[in-house]
Amino acid sequence: MRIIPFLVSAVITVALIIVLNQRLTIGDATLPPMGKFLSPQHGFWQNAEPVDAQLSLEFNFPGLKNKVDVFFDDRMVPHVFAQEDQDLYFVQGYLHARFRLWQMEFQTHAAAGRLAEIVGPGPNDNILNNDRNMRRLGMVHGARRALREIENDPDTKMMLDAYTAGVNAYIEQMTNADLPLEYRLLDYKPERWNNLKTALFLKYMSFDLTGYEEDIEHTNLQQILSKEEFETLFPLAHDSLSPIIPKGTPFPPATRQVRPPANADSVYFQWKKDIETVSVWPVNKPDKDNGSNNWAVDGSKTQSGRPILCNDPHLGLNLPALWYEMQLHSPTHNTYGVSFPGAPGIIIGFNDSCAWGVTNASRDVKDYYRISFKDETKKEYWFNGAWKASELHYDTIKIRGAAPLIDTVAYTIFGPVQYDNSFKGYKGRERTGENMNLAVRWQAHEPSNELKTFYLLNRANNYNDYLEAIRHFTCPAQNFVFASKNNQVAIWQQGVFPAKWKMQGDFVMPGEDSTYIWQDTIPQAENPHILSPTRGYVSSANQLPADTTYPYYLGGSYNVYRGVMINRRLDQMFNITPKDMQQLQMENYNVMAETILPVLVRNVDEEELDADELKYFNIVRRWNLRNDPKEQGATIFRIWLDSLAHEIWADELSAARGPIVYPELATLVEALKRDSAFSFIDNIKTPGQESLAMVATAAFKKAAREVENLDRGGLLDWSRYKGTGIRHLLQLEPLSRYNLVTGGGEHIVNATKKWHGPSWRMVVHLTDETEAYGVYPGGQSGNPGSKYYDNFVDDWAAGKYNTLWVMRPDQANDKRILYKMTFSK
Amino acid sequence: MKFFISLILTALVSFALGFYMSWWSVAIAAFVVAALIRQTPGKSWLAGFLGVFLLWAIIAWWIDVQNQNILSQKIARLIPLGGSTFLLILVTAFIGALVAGFGALTGSYLRK
Repeated sequence: MRIIPFLVSAVITVALIIVLNQRLTIGDATLPPMGKFLSPQHGFWQNAEPVDAQLSLEFNFPGLKNKVDVFFDDRMVPHVFAQEDQDLYFVQGYLHARFRLWQMEFQTHAAAGRLAEIVGPGPNDNILNNDRNMRRLGMVHGARRALREIENDPDTKMMLDAYTAGVNAYIEQMTNADLPLEYRLLDYKPERWNNLKTALFLKYMSFDLTGYEEDIEHTNLQQILSKEEFETLFPLAHDSLSPIIPKGTPFPPATRQVRPPANADSVYFQWKKDIETVSVWPVNKPDKDNGSNNWAVDGSKTQSGRPILCNDPHLGLNLPALWYEMQLHSPTHNTYGVSFPGAPGIIIGFNDSCAWGVTNASRDVKDYYRISFKDETKKEYWFNGAWKASELHYDTIKIRGAAPLIDTVAYTIFGPVQYDNSFKGYKGRERTGENMNLAVRWQAHEPSNELKTFYLLNRANNYNDYLEAIRHFTCPAQNFVFASKNNQVAIWQQGVFPAKWKMQGDFVMPGEDSTYIWQDTIPQAENPHILSPTRGYVSSANQLPADTTYPYYLGGSYNVYRGVMINRRLDQMFNITPKDMQQLQMENYNVMAETILPVLVRNVDEEELDADELKYFNIVRRWNLRNDPKEQGATIFRIWLDSLAHEIWADELSAARGPIVYPELATLVEALKRDSAFSFIDNIKTPGQESLAMVATAAFKKAAREVENLDRGGLLDWSRYKGTGIRHLLQLEPLSRYNLVTGGGEHIVNATKKWHGPSWRMVVHLTDETEAYGVYPGGQSGNPGSKYYDNFVDDWAAGKYNTLWVMRPDQANDKRILYKMTFSK
Repeated sequence: MKFFISLILTALVSFALGFYMSWWSVAIAAFVVAALIRQTPGKSWLAGFLGVFLLWAIIAWWIDVQNQNILSQKIARLIPLGGSTFLLILVTAFIGALVAGFGALTGSYLRK
């Protein structure tokens, strides 16, 4: 033995193994552990599924009561046939885990503020800040309280316990070959599932759908706006509004009375006063267009004489997809639709008697209170004339590649103090006032059991069952649309809403006494609702639920034009077929442009335009008002309108300190339509008086420069400008689908934006044998190495639908079935 | 002849160990084969290297064919290798071969 060469060679071998067994950071990029990752027998190659893989399998799990058969059709949709409800949810959990485990865990880690634990603190600590934000907002606190409610109810406890057992049955049985790709890329392992994770996932939906408000920004605007100006710029109801409950529907008077505090006019409404700036830049606000369309037409409007129900929830478009399509069949019910990997039951779908869908209510149930701490320790705060003890929560945040961070969060009578001198929102933006501590009061902190709603809806036979089901739904408040085979259609705006005095919580509220606390709750029976109206349909598209005759204050953030278009079309349509409804979901007509473009065009002074500008002006002038993929006018209109908004608002509003927001584009559009002498048109920074003509022309000339650049780059077509993409949750381009050709956009029924849009399109025709269509931008498998990873994306972009097959137990030999899995005791 | 026997044996033992042990078991396979079959250190290194190179290349290629390049094309953009499946298989095989080569070299010096 030659000892020296032996040792040298042994050291090299071991060193190679160590280096290739861990992640390597080269510049900005972190490579997975190359040896472990590339090994064909151990690494990512194991995720490369044979395209003709045979998945017919038999399993035995002692947790099952009876046999369960699962038939996978040619789109990999599982049709689950169980003899017991408990077994049904066990197998649902197993299937979610088998096809979507990584995303289930990643999304619940995101909800719990645990991403830094997996991916590190991120550039400028942005991942860590997001984590802190989620925790300080009270996500885990809310999830724990929700879980207690879920587990107190025998039905939902059974449902969730079985689901969790199913997920864990898969995790326990998993081999290294089954480990999803993302775990290999980031080099970590899944944990066991538990009931809290499902509660966290549901809380994440509350965050996504009720986490948006503009309290801080609106407060800062008080510095420069009068009450009248604020109400003009941030109105609740727009002229064009077509509310969910048709105008003229009478509402009984409010049974709960709330009054603003006596000092509101001097303390809360500080119009045009030099008040202290709220210089907290909120972290990670959800997209304000998280919304949806839904509607149901009854037999009087359809060719068949049977109702049709439609729904398309607009959310972030990600891979693996948010939704997982399934059929759940047991002796108690037979339900088809989409489920959330991470939660039991069907969330949007239909059964043998009825169908339901949801859109976001968009009402403001998240308010901020300003807290004065006695000192740095945050142990006491001033409340009702005395120092009151806060409850300090110490939260340990694990950070990959760094020491853990211990975050101290003070809980007050309002809720957790989300922002204080240790957490200033965006890193890099320093907070000015040392005493700017903001506690958050959020409906999602309240104990609730939303799972019960889905448990009951999955089994609903009629309108009364639906009513009983939605009663349990408190947050995120939704517009639940309903249709049944006995020809009833209905919609309820359902959630628990604080009864607020006018403008309560639109601004940061004083937190020094009890007078600004939410005083009461609107009784559920007084939530806006309507059953089988004479017009033959019900609909919602995140607009204001009712006009100003509704007896409670309806603060929130609403869309205007999608609702206008849907109701206009539904009013005109008769002899409706499912095909017509699909076309309405894909409708690209731009009502906002219809409202304002003629006014703008009329006001442009063509003499002022050079040849290039005139060319673009003629394109937008002759545009057909449709945001179809190839329309260049749509792009020019959008850039022009954004330019105009800046021209009109910037001079006045930029005088405010701290974060602010501009009014909604809809507000600008309605204001200009109503009054071409709208006072904000004038640029207060110039001596002269600007007219709409001058501002519209100037805005067009500025827009034309950007338009010209786009044109040169071949990006003027609406779809190229918009560039819709479905992003992998880790935002890795090769695992995503970018630059899809799609029409639509914000304010349009086909609400497809850049990274956001209809995450599931569903049309259900409630004939004797249900006829249903649906599509989502993704695929049933979460594995990027599967041909079922993104196989629905192209159809989705093109507006094509899959036929949803409600399988009967006697169809086990149907040609559409690819595989069968059998689960037994 | 010895060379080919060690090469094939390294590949076979690596493949078998791969079912029970971690990816770096290729080093153990190559070490054991080189220690049992006496060759010059250079030849031992090459036999270990080529044995695992061929093994990993063939398995990766076979998996890739059955998968119709769905995943390899994505990974070859993540790594990044310009989306080339061929390069990805080459890099895969090279990494395993490198570790096995040095495992074999160590085994060969054990006998010398």
